[in-house]
Amino acid sequence: MKLRRIAGFGPAIVLVVVLLALWQLYVYVSKVSPHLLPAPTAIVQALLNNWDVISVNTVQTLLETVIGMAAATLFGLLMAILLDISLWTRRAVYPLLVVSQTIPLIALAPLFLIWMGFGLEPKVIFVILYCFFPIAVACADGLASAEPEMLNLLRSMRASRWQILWLVRLPGAMPAFFSGLRIGVTYSMTGAIVSEYIGAYQGLGIYMETSANSGAVDLVFAAILVTAIVSLLLFGLVSWLERIALPWYHGTTNQALILPRAGRMIV
Amino acid sequence: MDEPKLLARGVTKTFHDGRRALEVLTPIDLTVNTGEFATVIGPSGCGKSTLFNIIAGVDQPTAGVIAIDGAEKGARAGMCGYMPQQPLLLPWRTAEENVMLGLDVRRVPRKQAQHDAHELLKRFGMVEFAGNYPATLSGGMKQRIALLRTVLFNSSFLLLDEPFGALDALSRLSLQMWLLDLWSAFHSSILFITHDVREAILLSDRVYVLSARPARVARVVQIDLPRPRLPEHLALSQAVQLEQELVSLLMKEQRS
Repeated sequence: MKLRRIAGFGPAIVLVVVLLALWQLYVYVSKVSPHLLPAPTAIVQALLNNWDVISVNTVQTLLETVIGMAAATLFGLLMAILLDISLWTRRAVYPLLVVSQTIPLIALAPLFLIWMGFGLEPKVIFVILYCFFPIAVACADGLASAEPEMLNLLRSMRASRWQILWLVRLPGAMPAFFSGLRIGVTYSMTGAIVSEYIGAYQGLGIYMETSANSGAVDLVFAAILVTAIVSLLLFGLVSWLERIALPWYHGTTNQALILPRAGRMIV
Repeated sequence: MDEPKLLARGVTKTFHDGRRALEVLTPIDLTVNTGEFATVIGPSGCGKSTLFNIIAGVDQPTAGVIAIDGAEKGARAGMCGYMPQQPLLLPWRTAEENVMLGLDVRRVPRKQAQHDAHELLKRFGMVEFAGNYPATLSGGMKQRIALLRTVLFNSSFLLLDEPFGALDALSRLSLQMWLLDLWSAFHSSILFITHDVREAILLSDRVYVLSARPARVARVVQIDLPRPRLPEHLALSQAVQLEQELVSLLMKEQRS
């Protein structure tokens, strides 16, 4: 089963290798200056040579991302429940949420810097604002998707609102919640990097900026490469958590995983 | 004489959609005695499910009185085991955890609930599926799990709304027999909805025939076939005669 899942990435790997080869070939044939466009091999070389500096910056950015993402998840869930509690809270909160997404965050970032300094806090806030929205919306939709007949059944059992939320609606919203989480986590590292760009002591964002300013294009690309890989790993982590948390959900899309336990089906 | 399990007197329901009023139930009188298997049969769309929602306490009647165990006042929710048409199993709960749902709502301690659900599954031959998720169960198995969930929540009075409507003929027959076992094991009182005349005759002590909408009780029929019921009882002459009678009555209602 595991092998087959890895094999599923085969086409993507082939495509990436082909594109990298074309890039390499173009740089080789056109003799473009490495200060404009370094070859993929040169980027990897630069990454390895500067790993000590890049790794420190990566850890900083990763820390901001993970803390921000965790807080964004909590905040998104809380917003989803607020949207769900009553029509009144929905009408009050929903427009504000949408408006919050129309504000160009990049304009706020310098303000965070003025208010909170160059440390961790403004980055975490930035990541939260950057990522909570898809989580909140997906989760609210998930909560609203409970079957009315199911709710009737629970009412016939004399279940309270909170019991219905806890026993039926929240667990039922989990697949949607994880979809939102996967979208959020894809943005999260970018969010941290953008906020570092405005000003930071360390982190991949400020590292990219200083590298670009000093004309070290290969180091910019090296930092981009690290960002992409770490983002992919975070995405993979969320998908893995989803598989652990929702075995039933993946059981329905891939019954072969579960059927052997039943052995057979009768009537 | 025992108090009836369910007593419904003059129950009506009118839905309002803007200025239009839709009359679904005209005064309906209905009794289910303790230990009785009563069935409501009627043309489709006649308001049977509305009646059930009202009895289950999910909906309120426009007028009329409903008493379960003689209690007219207070909320009815929780006083019967209600099983809607679809099995409505929670996909993230295993079969056993689904059976426990009613006990979770009642805040029965986890261990106790687990134990009760497990015993029930064992007693009715389902224990090997205890750990299965609903997605891996067939339609008939899902319906059995839903029935056990209903029974574990409240076995004394069951409201079953066309529970076997979506099953193939063979699964349906096997579930009908299984339900009769369950009924006699728990000495339950049952109010059952169906639009299948043979099913009504095979299972019930008494059949209420409802008219087309707005529903009223067109006729009450006593079924005096021997107990315990067996599928072959449907071939007895009195059963055949009853079946023809009920079918022609329903056909007339469906047309009107």
